[in-house]
Amino acid sequence: METRVWATVWSVGLAGLLVAVVLVSATIGPVSVALPAVAKATLNAVGVPTGVSLTSGAVALFGATVSVPVPDLSYTYLFSLPVESTDETIVRGIRLPRIVLGATVGFALAAAGTVMQGFFRNPMADPSIIGVSSGAAVGAVATIALSVSGPFSIQAAAFVGAVVTAFAVYLIATEGGRTPVATLLLAGVAIQTFLGAVVSYLLLQAGESLEQALYWLMGRLHNAAWSDVAVTAPVALACVFVLGAYTRDLNALLLGEEDAHTLGIEVERTKRVLLAVSSVVTAAAVAVAGAIGFVGLVVPHMMRLLVGPDHRVLLPTSAIAGAAFLVATDTVARAGPVEVPVGIVTAALGAPFFLYLLRTREVHSL
Amino acid sequence: MTSDLPGPFDALVGGEDGAAGDDRLSPTALDRSATTPTDGPLVAVDGVSVGYGDVGVLADVSLSVDSGEFVGLVGPNGAGKTTLLKSINGVLAPDSGSVRVADETVSTLSARAASRLVATVPQDTTVAFEFTVEDIVEMGRTPYHGRFSGDSDAGEAVERALERTETARFRDRSVASLSGGERQRVVLARALAQETPALLLDEPTASLDVNHQVRTLELVRDLVDTEGKAALAAIHDLDVAARFCDRLAVLADGDLLAVGPPEAVLTADHVGTAFDTDAAVLPNPVTGTPAVTPFSEPGDADLTVHVVGTGQRTARTVSVLSSAGATVTVGVVPSGDVAAATARELAAETVTAPAFAALDAERETAARDLLAAADAAVVVEPVAAPLRALVRDRDAVVRVAAADGSVPADRQSGERSYHSDTVTPETVLAGVRRALDRPVEADD
Repeated sequence: METRVWATVWSVGLAGLLVAVVLVSATIGPVSVALPAVAKATLNAVGVPTGVSLTSGAVALFGATVSVPVPDLSYTYLFSLPVESTDETIVRGIRLPRIVLGATVGFALAAAGTVMQGFFRNPMADPSIIGVSSGAAVGAVATIALSVSGPFSIQAAAFVGAVVTAFAVYLIATEGGRTPVATLLLAGVAIQTFLGAVVSYLLLQAGESLEQALYWLMGRLHNAAWSDVAVTAPVALACVFVLGAYTRDLNALLLGEEDAHTLGIEVERTKRVLLAVSSVVTAAAVAVAGAIGFVGLVVPHMMRLLVGPDHRVLLPTSAIAGAAFLVATDTVARAGPVEVPVGIVTAALGAPFFLYLLRTREVHSL
Repeated sequence: MTSDLPGPFDALVGGEDGAAGDDRLSPTALDRSATTPTDGPLVAVDGVSVGYGDVGVLADVSLSVDSGEFVGLVGPNGAGKTTLLKSINGVLAPDSGSVRVADETVSTLSARAASRLVATVPQDTTVAFEFTVEDIVEMGRTPYHGRFSGDSDAGEAVERALERTETARFRDRSVASLSGGERQRVVLARALAQETPALLLDEPTASLDVNHQVRTLELVRDLVDTEGKAALAAIHDLDVAARFCDRLAVLADGDLLAVGPPEAVLTADHVGTAFDTDAAVLPNPVTGTPAVTPFSEPGDADLTVHVVGTGQRTARTVSVLSSAGATVTVGVVPSGDVAAATARELAAETVTAPAFAALDAERETAARDLLAAADAAVVVEPVAAPLRALVRDRDAVVRVAAADGSVPADRQSGERSYHSDTVTPETVLAGVRRALDRPVEADD
């Protein structure tokens, strides 16, 4: 009970921080918008899905065009506060989609990173440790280099590449129904190296689309639209909810697999669920935002120092903190005279901070 | 008249107070009834073989542990003790044979169901994370938690476990900050919070000092006696195992060599075979349980030494000389003395006398004969005047100082042969060698 209260207090506090970061972020840009206008426009953007219909989208695949059904949600908006229309357009049409997508991606990556670090009992584990990001990169860069177009084609290819890679690594590391964590780690490293070679080759073949491919690899949130949010957010929320149901199991796994078994955890089944779900949530995030590094590594460490190793508290707080962290870093990324991919900012800020933690606190003991 | 039955039931059902008392006791009472579902033993290992790959680790092992029984699993490193424990708690599935706990076949149970029957205290209790003690103990309730539902008995079970293991006072400290002994108790508390009828312990005392070893095993003993748990512990220290366990099972090379009460199982023979070493097994003078003294290999001291003295230090002296390869004779020694017991096991010849009896001529002659045949004589201080008289006229006498280091100064005339230096039981052999090398000095 006490744990639940502790988790709730931290989560609510961090959620407050997230809202504040979102609102401040929405005021920043080439045109600055006053905070009250941002708040009103943001409230106006809060909608609940009330219906769904299918529209058809065209996918161009190697010259041929195929029609695929795309679900289209209709929303009812709760507020209709008076805001100047240019402010509303800037905040609601341009900045909020990007901010909300950033929050979703940060939420997903930090949650997956927390789970992976606990799962591997390794402080250097991050969401892409079993090759998810590399797989996504192959899918995305192949789509860009081979000029496949259509709604969500890059995202879909990245997502499929990520999931297929994670599954392949899992199969390679599994023998006789058991998946030793060390084998999984090494198989992940080997596959990442191999896929890195594939991406390099594809980049050589990319020609004119090289720049687009490079931007994707650096990880960025620009050109975010509400449609990206609508696809990614439900996946992220559902996956983190499932991971949340396994926090007690993760705690027991931290004691070692045999101890976990004697505490009633079906170790192999739990490992499969955790791997599958965290791979899907990472794939969903990487598919829309590219390979954004360090969020899934640094944020769980920061939160572990603050709230301790108990995943029942650590997972929700890390996820929310990850959302706030990515919104803040993306604001930095787009605030300058020249926009830089947010992946550069997260790495540039995250790595020194991580080194600072390493030197001052005992991050090495996870 | 339908519900108000007068008579003997009143006493059983009781009034308000009685009912409250029943409620309070019911968890334990339920646990106990759950531990004895049928007549069979609670833990029944039947013909279990386990191998890792092609390497067989356990071959056709059968063992049972009853409720309220503490069985010690002893044997050399690599004998398969840990493997046997893992096949009982379900971590390993046996290649053949079956393990039944409370009449359930463990290998067919889910981890969750198995963990409600068997709790395990692992050998390695290091926790690399900053969990608090209470967090760790609370993890023992994992088998009772639903994925989305809590465990209403958790608080009470955790409190009891913390109380029982005396870990409640550092409940909020991080386990990483505890000493090995404290951490051991915390992990034991975690196992208790599981509220299982069977408790397995893998080398619970391996990394503990003597005090914590005894405290840990006393606690397990107490749990077995008061809560009727069935406990099976792999224990390194044979003496400690003999002291606390009802029965011992000697495991060597994947085979059960012997199972039974410590006195019956811990024989020089069994220990010698299991551990591939020579050993003497004697009753511990304090606890009366068997105590094992292993010798790495018998030495090659080609000597005959006669030992005069009584008590623990004499026993020690005899065992040191014997393990060095010397032929030891002893006497005269009271028959009930610990030295007499050691001598029976290790000495070539011993002259014993009834306790408190005066030294008679026959025994004195026998002792003098042995002394005459010996290369050297060892006197373990303090000795009584009649015994001292035995060595009065001979050469090469070494004195082992009394436990407090003192050497009695009352030398009677003619005790010319004492060497100037005195030794301890551990250094007696060196003393004997010096005495034989050096010419005897008269009164120094």
